[in-house]
Amino acid sequence: MSETATTDKLAVRVTDLTVAYHHRPVLWDIDLEVPAGKLMAVMGPNGAGKTTMIKAILGLVPTAAGRVQILGKPYAQQRHLVGYVPQRGSVDWDFPTTVRDVVMMGRYGALSWFKRPGANERKLAAEALEKVGMNEFADRQISQLSGGQQQRVFLARALVQDAQIYFMDEPFQGVDARTERAIVDLLKELRALGRTVVVVHHDLQTVKEYFDWITLLNVRRIACGPVNAVFNQENLRLAYGGRVEFLEGRTRREPENDIDEDLRGLGRIRP
Amino acid sequence: MSGILEFMTDYTLRTVALGSATLGLVAGALGAFAVLRRQSLLGDAVSHAALPGIVLAFMVTGSKTPLILVIGAALSGWVASLLVLLVVRTTRIKMDTALGLMLSTFFGLGMVLLSVIQRTAGEGMAGLDHFLFGQAATLVGEDLVTMAGLGLAVLIVLMLLWKEFKLLSFDPEFAGALGLPVKGLNVGLTTLLVIAIVIGLQTVGVVLMSAMIVTPAAAARQWTDRLGVLVALAGFFGALSGLIGALVSSLIPRLPTGPTIIMAITLITVLSLLFAPRRGVVAGWLRTLSQRKQVASDSILADLYRLADQHPEPAEAPHEVPVLVAMRSGEAVDKGLAELARQGLTALEPDGRWRLTPEGVDRGRHLVHGTLAEGGEPA
Repeated sequence: MSETATTDKLAVRVTDLTVAYHHRPVLWDIDLEVPAGKLMAVMGPNGAGKTTMIKAILGLVPTAAGRVQILGKPYAQQRHLVGYVPQRGSVDWDFPTTVRDVVMMGRYGALSWFKRPGANERKLAAEALEKVGMNEFADRQISQLSGGQQQRVFLARALVQDAQIYFMDEPFQGVDARTERAIVDLLKELRALGRTVVVVHHDLQTVKEYFDWITLLNVRRIACGPVNAVFNQENLRLAYGGRVEFLEGRTRREPENDIDEDLRGLGRIRP
Repeated sequence: MSGILEFMTDYTLRTVALGSATLGLVAGALGAFAVLRRQSLLGDAVSHAALPGIVLAFMVTGSKTPLILVIGAALSGWVASLLVLLVVRTTRIKMDTALGLMLSTFFGLGMVLLSVIQRTAGEGMAGLDHFLFGQAATLVGEDLVTMAGLGLAVLIVLMLLWKEFKLLSFDPEFAGALGLPVKGLNVGLTTLLVIAIVIGLQTVGVVLMSAMIVTPAAAARQWTDRLGVLVALAGFFGALSGLIGALVSSLIPRLPTGPTIIMAITLITVLSLLFAPRRGVVAGWLRTLSQRKQVASDSILADLYRLADQHPEPAEAPHEVPVLVAMRSGEAVDKGLAELARQGLTALEPDGRWRLTPEGVDRGRHLVHGTLAEGGEPA
C-alpha cells in the first residue's frame, strides 16, 4: 500500500513527551513518528492537549520529559526548518501594524540582531501574500481584516519562513468555506514540494479528504499513522470516549464548480 | 510671552522644563509598549515599588545624590516587577492580583521606612518625602544630566531592539518559535520601563508616575495605526505635557509641577479620545448619524420605487408626498426626499409630486430586488 510509512526519512519524531500543569498531566508519554511529505491531522476532544502538544514540540511550554527530533536531529538545531501558525485568537488584532509588517515577522528569525527588515523581506512578503490571495491587502491595518483574512495573513507569515515542517494550530477555525478550500489547496501544494504539515483539526468529516496521516490524542496518544489505517470507529471511540457518531462512507462535500474562479490570486508555490 | 522669555533666562525654570520634557518623552515612548502588552498596571506597581528603594538607598549610603537614589529606586522597582512575574508563573494568582499585591506591599514598606528615618535622621532626610508627589523645583543641573543620560540610553536600546520588541509585543509565542530569547527580551523591555519610570520620580512622584506611562500612549493610539508613529507620538505628547506643566506651574504661584504635568497629558488624552479622526468618539457619532440618514432615505427611495414599478415607465410616474408619508408612518419624508434629490435620485415635478430619475430607478431596483439594471454598477 502506497500510504504506508516510508520510515527512512522521518520529519518529526517525538519520544516520551510529557507535559504537566500544576501536577496534572496534560500530555502523557507521547510518541509520534511523522514521515516527511505528509499532511497530518492532530485530532481529539477539547482538553485533549492538541495545542499543548504543538507548543511542547516547539519548546514554547515547559516539558516534564521528552525529546523532539526534526529530520533526524534535535529540535534546537533544526529550529530554522520549522514554521508555525499559532491560533488566530492568540494575538491582539488591534495591534498597530499592517498586513505586510506581520508577514515580514516570519523573517525575523533569519535576520540578525539589530538588523531591520528591508527590500528583500518586503519582496518575500509580497510573494507570500500573493500565494494566499492577499496581495491587495499589504498596506491594510490588521484590525480591518475578517477572520478568514487574518488566517491567510498568518499562513503567509509562515510561508515566508520557508520551512520544511509546518505546525498549524486550528487554521480552519472560524473561516468560511472558500478560505478553507484555499488553505487546503495550499497544504497540498506544500506536500507536493515535499514539505510536512501538522495541523490541529476538528472536523471529522473532512479528515479523509484533506489529510493522509493522523494522530488521535486524548492526553495519551491513541493512534498515529496513515488515515486509512488508523482513522476508524474503534480509535475514535477511544479518543472521544464513545460520544462520536461517525458514519463511515458518509458523503464527502463536493467542491463547487465556481470555486477555482473564487480563488484567483492563489498562485503556485515555487520550490 | 513672559513664560517664553523667562524660559530663555531663568535657570530654574529651564532646568525644570527640560527635565519634565525628558521624563515625558521617555515615559511616553516606553509606555506605548507597556500599554500594547497590556501591562499598564505594571508601571503603576513599579513606580510605587520604587519608594522603599529610594529610602533604603539613602539609609545605606547617607547620600541624596540623584544617581544613587535613582539606582535604589530602579533596583526595588525591578525586584517588584520580577516578583510579579515569578508569582504569576509559579502560583495560581493572576497578573492583576499579583500587581496589586506587590504595589501595596512595596509602597507600604516605603512609607514605614520613610517614617522610621523621619524619626532617626531628622533634618538629614529632608526632601525624600518629595518623591511621593514629586518636587520639580528641586531639580538641578546634575539631575538633568542623570535623567538625560539614562533616557538616551533607554531610547537607543529601544531603537536597536525595535523588531524584537515589536514581535515580542504582538506575538510572543511566534517569537519563541523563531528562537528569539523571549524571557530575556521580556526582562529587557521591563528593565527599560523601570528606568523610564525612575527618571520621572523626582519630578512627578511615585504616586502619579504611572499616568505618564499609560496616558500618552492612550492618546497617541487614537491618531495612528503604525507602531513607529505611535511610539514617537506618545513620546511627543509626554514631552509636550512636561513642557506645558513646567511653564504653567511657573506662571501660577504655588501650583505644583508634577500634578500640573498630569493634568496637561490628561487634557491631551481627552481631546484625542473625543476628536481623533477615525477612533474618536465624535467621529463615531458622525458615522452613526450619516448611516442612519442613509438608511432613512434609502427606505423612502424603495417606497417610491415600489409605487413607480407598477407603471410601465417608472421614471415618468410621479407620486404625491402624502402617499409616501402614509407608507413611512410619517417619518421625515420631506427631508429624505430633499436628500435624495440632492443625490440626483429623485426630482420634484411642478405640481409638487415626486418622481424617480433614471438613476433613482436603478438604485431603487437594487434596493428592492437586490439586482441591477443591465450594465449597471452597484451604488
